[in-house]
Amino acid sequence: MHDSKDFKIPIGPQHPALKEPEGFSVALKGEKILGVDIRLGYNHRGIEKAAEERTYVQDIYLIERVCGICSHSHSTCFVQAVEEIAGLAVPNRALYIRTIIAELERIHSHLLWLGVAGHEIGFDTLLMYSWRDREVVMDILAAITGNRVNYGMNTIGGVRRDIDAQQAEDILKALTILEERTKYYIEVATQETTIIKRLSGVGVLSREDVLRLDAVGPTARASGVKRDVRADDPYAAYAELSFEVITDDHADVYGRTVVRVKELMESYKIIRQALKNLPTGLLTVRAPRKIPVGEAISRYEAPRGEDVHYVKSNGTEKPERVKIRAPTLANVQAVKHMLRDRYLADMPIVVAAIDPCFSCTDRTVALKEEDCARAKVINWQALHAFGIEWYKQQGIDFTELNKKLQDRLKG
Amino acid sequence: MLGALFYILIFPGFLFLVFSGLTAEFIDRKIYARLQNRVGPPWFQAYADFIKLLAKEDIVPAESNPKMFKVAPVFALTAAITAFLYIPLWGKEALLSFNGDVIIVLYLLTLPTLAFFIGGWYSTSLYSRLGAVRSLMQLFAYEVPLFMGILASALLADTWSLKEMVVFYTAHPWFWMFNLMGFAISLVSLLGKLEKVPFDIPEAETEVVAGGFTEYSGRMLAYLRLTLDVEMVVGSSLLALVFFPFGLNLGPLPGFLLFLLKVLFIIGLISLLRTVVARLRIDQMINFCWKYLVPLALLQILFNLILKGTLLR
Repeated sequence: MHDSKDFKIPIGPQHPALKEPEGFSVALKGEKILGVDIRLGYNHRGIEKAAEERTYVQDIYLIERVCGICSHSHSTCFVQAVEEIAGLAVPNRALYIRTIIAELERIHSHLLWLGVAGHEIGFDTLLMYSWRDREVVMDILAAITGNRVNYGMNTIGGVRRDIDAQQAEDILKALTILEERTKYYIEVATQETTIIKRLSGVGVLSREDVLRLDAVGPTARASGVKRDVRADDPYAAYAELSFEVITDDHADVYGRTVVRVKELMESYKIIRQALKNLPTGLLTVRAPRKIPVGEAISRYEAPRGEDVHYVKSNGTEKPERVKIRAPTLANVQAVKHMLRDRYLADMPIVVAAIDPCFSCTDRTVALKEEDCARAKVINWQALHAFGIEWYKQQGIDFTELNKKLQDRLKG
Repeated sequence: MLGALFYILIFPGFLFLVFSGLTAEFIDRKIYARLQNRVGPPWFQAYADFIKLLAKEDIVPAESNPKMFKVAPVFALTAAITAFLYIPLWGKEALLSFNGDVIIVLYLLTLPTLAFFIGGWYSTSLYSRLGAVRSLMQLFAYEVPLFMGILASALLADTWSLKEMVVFYTAHPWFWMFNLMGFAISLVSLLGKLEKVPFDIPEAETEVVAGGFTEYSGRMLAYLRLTLDVEMVVGSSLLALVFFPFGLNLGPLPGFLLFLLKVLFIIGLISLLRTVVARLRIDQMINFCWKYLVPLALLQILFNLILKGTLLR
């Protein structure tokens, strides 16, 4: 926390720059940022607890809804862990289809990010263009899976839908269009003066800091850290496909942009290979209703970085514990570091550059140690009072308004 | 008396400016949308927005200074409208004219920005104050090249009066070609005055919400938005007159149509410029203005001085 004499400006929980509620309290001196306090927790939905109360099959659909953008990432990551505990050998064709959907998802996520980044630096034309082109991949996803997001493709032991020859052809056609557009974006991102001016040198995160703060995904790769689960610990069909892990040495927002647009090209390459070598065979193997006792950790390279799921089973049809670590949680610590000594104008783009997804990230952590003084159980009334008090300290006081409201309701 | 009232209230005063301002906003938004692959608003959108805002509740923040908060928008609008009265629309006559009216027009065009600052500052909201300070900071950067660009053209004509500038450029047709660099400088500076991308820093949505306008609502917000629209028309008209002073002896109707074409051209350029660039940071903006625009404007002045010494001798 900073001295209360500082000029402090709240960015969030409600602010046009943010697509989800999260709080940044920015201490300013003129336009310069002295420090940032990040406050998460506005989006906690209790998904982990809910997962413990549902069967494994129900959980697939629940966990798919952790994130609206990387829904396939979360469901695949969860399913992989369960399959590992159950010792299921997933058919090759299913693995390939998972890979194809995963890469299509990466394409739509990166194109979405490009648009958001454009909007954050006041370049709405880029937003309109990239979101228009994103529709191409969204249409393809809808044609294959039936949905634009939350595809429902995964099941324990395989996938639920096949990709037929016609669909494969449609995908290839769409890829041709997308590839051409992506080449254009690479040109725009690397040549347009105002974009470069706004992005380069902003939000610098050195290689050492990446390693120290454990950043993941494009954020890490833009600082020259070759960290990609697809290559390091291949899952699905990635071991059989050849692709490059894109890295960049700029270590700033510009580098992150370059990494993302170049990754699009790699995704096209991966999908082309996967479609070409799509093995024949079953889509799914039969999974037991009750998963044997065991635990597993599954890693997955989501568009935003490494996604980690931990599943512990107790031999019933419901998991005993599900733990989700979304990539944003790994990256959000770096934001504070990246904003040091920058300008307020850089704040939106630096936050956006990690491609944050705060509702995916929100988890509750309970500290169980005996000597932890802050851990206590409070009832609803006390929590209510605490909330009012907390906001009063932030300078937000509703007592007057409440009184007025009460009067009006009476009168 | 009645004639003067007609001029001030209807044409080319208040009513005409309101309509042309809102139409200009529509044209700007439509071009912007079409360039971005969108459909864009229907022709009446700007009017509908304006009327809707007029009907909405005015909310004055409890912490603000109500007098300053309420006066600023009206002040801004009045200044922008008054500036228009000095600009000859067709032919050589403006409604009001005296030697030195170029300066008056530029001065009156500066006032809205000051009013935005006052309104934002006295809103007492954090975002408003940041936006207000930013708009003032920006003012010091774009105002100098804008003045220099326009005054370079006046320098060539050897007068401080818009009317006499018109006389000069009609007598020396093609001389306006010498001022094209000044036009480019002034156009870019005008973007700063109109708070459009890349210089929409004071109201950068993703940083300071709506800057100085954050706390405004209802009628006062409508006036503020109208001020920007009117400023766009007045600014474009001024640029059209100063930098494209041709075809001014065609008579009222063709002259007026030609004037409209010139203004449309400038508005089109503004829309195009704001489509193809990203928003700059305030430090980059100030650097850009002082490092590139001001030296270029000086170059234009020097060029015009040399011209005066050689061609016009």
